[in-house]
Amino acid sequence: MKTIITRGTYAAAEAVRLADVDVVAAYPITPQTECVEKIAEFIANGELNAEYIKAESEHSAISAIIGSSATGARSFTATSSQGLALMHEILYIASGLRLPIVLVNVNRALSAPINIWCDHQDSISERDTGFIQLYVEDNQEILDTIIQAFKIAEDKDVLLPVMVNLDGFILSHTYEPVVLPDEEDVKEYLGVYEPPHYSLNPDKPVTVGPVGVPKYYMEIRKQLNDAINNSVKIIKKVNKEYKKLFGREYGDGLIECYNLDNADTVLVAMGSVCGTVKHVINNLKKEGKDVGLVKVRCYRPFPKKEIKKALKDAENIAVLDKNVCFGFDMGSLGLDINATIKDKKICNYIVGLGGRDIKIEHIKEIINHVEKSKENTTKWIGLNKY
Amino acid sequence: MIEIRFHGRGGQGVVTAAQLLAEAAFFDGYYCQAFPFFGVERRGAPVMAFTRLDKEKILLRSQIYEPDYVVIIDASLLNTVNVLEGLKEDGAVIINTVKSKEELNLDCKNIYCIDATDIALKTLGVPIENTAMVGAFAGATKLVSLESVKKAILHRFPGKLGEKNVKAAELAYKTISGEE
Repeated sequence: MKTIITRGTYAAAEAVRLADVDVVAAYPITPQTECVEKIAEFIANGELNAEYIKAESEHSAISAIIGSSATGARSFTATSSQGLALMHEILYIASGLRLPIVLVNVNRALSAPINIWCDHQDSISERDTGFIQLYVEDNQEILDTIIQAFKIAEDKDVLLPVMVNLDGFILSHTYEPVVLPDEEDVKEYLGVYEPPHYSLNPDKPVTVGPVGVPKYYMEIRKQLNDAINNSVKIIKKVNKEYKKLFGREYGDGLIECYNLDNADTVLVAMGSVCGTVKHVINNLKKEGKDVGLVKVRCYRPFPKKEIKKALKDAENIAVLDKNVCFGFDMGSLGLDINATIKDKKICNYIVGLGGRDIKIEHIKEIINHVEKSKENTTKWIGLNKY
Repeated sequence: MIEIRFHGRGGQGVVTAAQLLAEAAFFDGYYCQAFPFFGVERRGAPVMAFTRLDKEKILLRSQIYEPDYVVIIDASLLNTVNVLEGLKEDGAVIINTVKSKEELNLDCKNIYCIDATDIALKTLGVPIENTAMVGAFAGATKLVSLESVKKAILHRFPGKLGEKNVKAAELAYKTISGEE
């Protein structure tokens, strides 16, 4: 175990090295690129024994690792924004074939206007692809979550792809301390992936991805839906095991509750902004005011039961979204919280689109607004006045 | 928490300076965070980078708007960028310049001037002043030790290049602190 000062993309690459991944296929895109560059370097230096496929597009990259994962190889890809959007149709195939692929998405806004900076529109747009979606707060959580993601994905009761989402630039390009677990410990923890369902093998031919006629399609979809719903148990279990072995945990694995005791006002958020919210909460506490945070780490499956319980005593609920459901005047987390919690005041705040910096004063403005608000509303925070 | 903002131009190693300072502070027992202003980087264009140091884990993720220190690697920015914007009243400026603080006439009580270009030319042979400015920051503020600055530089630039840059940082540290 050692601590290094590193950026988010490199923390992700270190996790891939530690997870002893067999196949990586990727296409470069800002702000993800450094992640796969670092992995390529590890492979070139002999620090990771893996096959690196330089794909001609993200569509091909995800297709390639669907093939490799189907042979039983531990497979990884990383992308951002337009790259993830280009993968769209293939993402459903990864989940439909029940392949435990781990995909790192370095969150970046979608065009137009073209923008390389952070928001969550890219991954939220892939919400219903059957991927487990995890969102992380800092660089340590990037590393830990990617290792955990393989453990979750490859669990025989899950067998689903996992998308680990980290905020572009805010995490990907920020240097901070990250504890690297020992290679041997991670190796022992993850073990070797042996597909319990099927694998492509020329000696024992099977057909993968045949037509699903109306007689079977719906049952197979139901199985996928059950699998992702049931994965909450495994995500929780993995979080607990990881704490025992490596000393770190992230709430219950699904959500993290922060300063909820005595807090009438509770913010709900995902990703790096949770750090800024905690910073504000700590300062308000010193002034004698309690505000809480529910950090949603696991967005799909959506931890309804846990969120309901966490918010049961909250009077003012403020949901932060770095995405917009156009035409509904809300962000997706706002929609989900509204669908989960009844008879409470819930205000939705659209923040940080296209890299708009989320400042301390914005968090205070949200707290102030939700406490004064008489009804459920949606408000865009940090807009310039022209 | 101590917040430092670096100003320079693309190609001067501004982001590297912020990272080296963070790493040096880490060696001295701080928690640290370093990140660039998330812009589109071009050689010669004004560039900003940020470093945060704290004894506790740093949670805040916004950019730095009210720095405790401003480090200016390129004095020509004084004419184009409001480099003192938001600087705390008791904050300090460390600036690469041939001028004296009286000549500069900046609206700031604590100013440290250093001819880092001269130091860089003498030690590295090229006008890349980032490592000298990190040494100058350490010498002016004593927030991080010279030993840790040297260690961070050698970690980042192993071998001859690192040794030359260590000389630059050392010379700047001694010049600004008056220590031998």
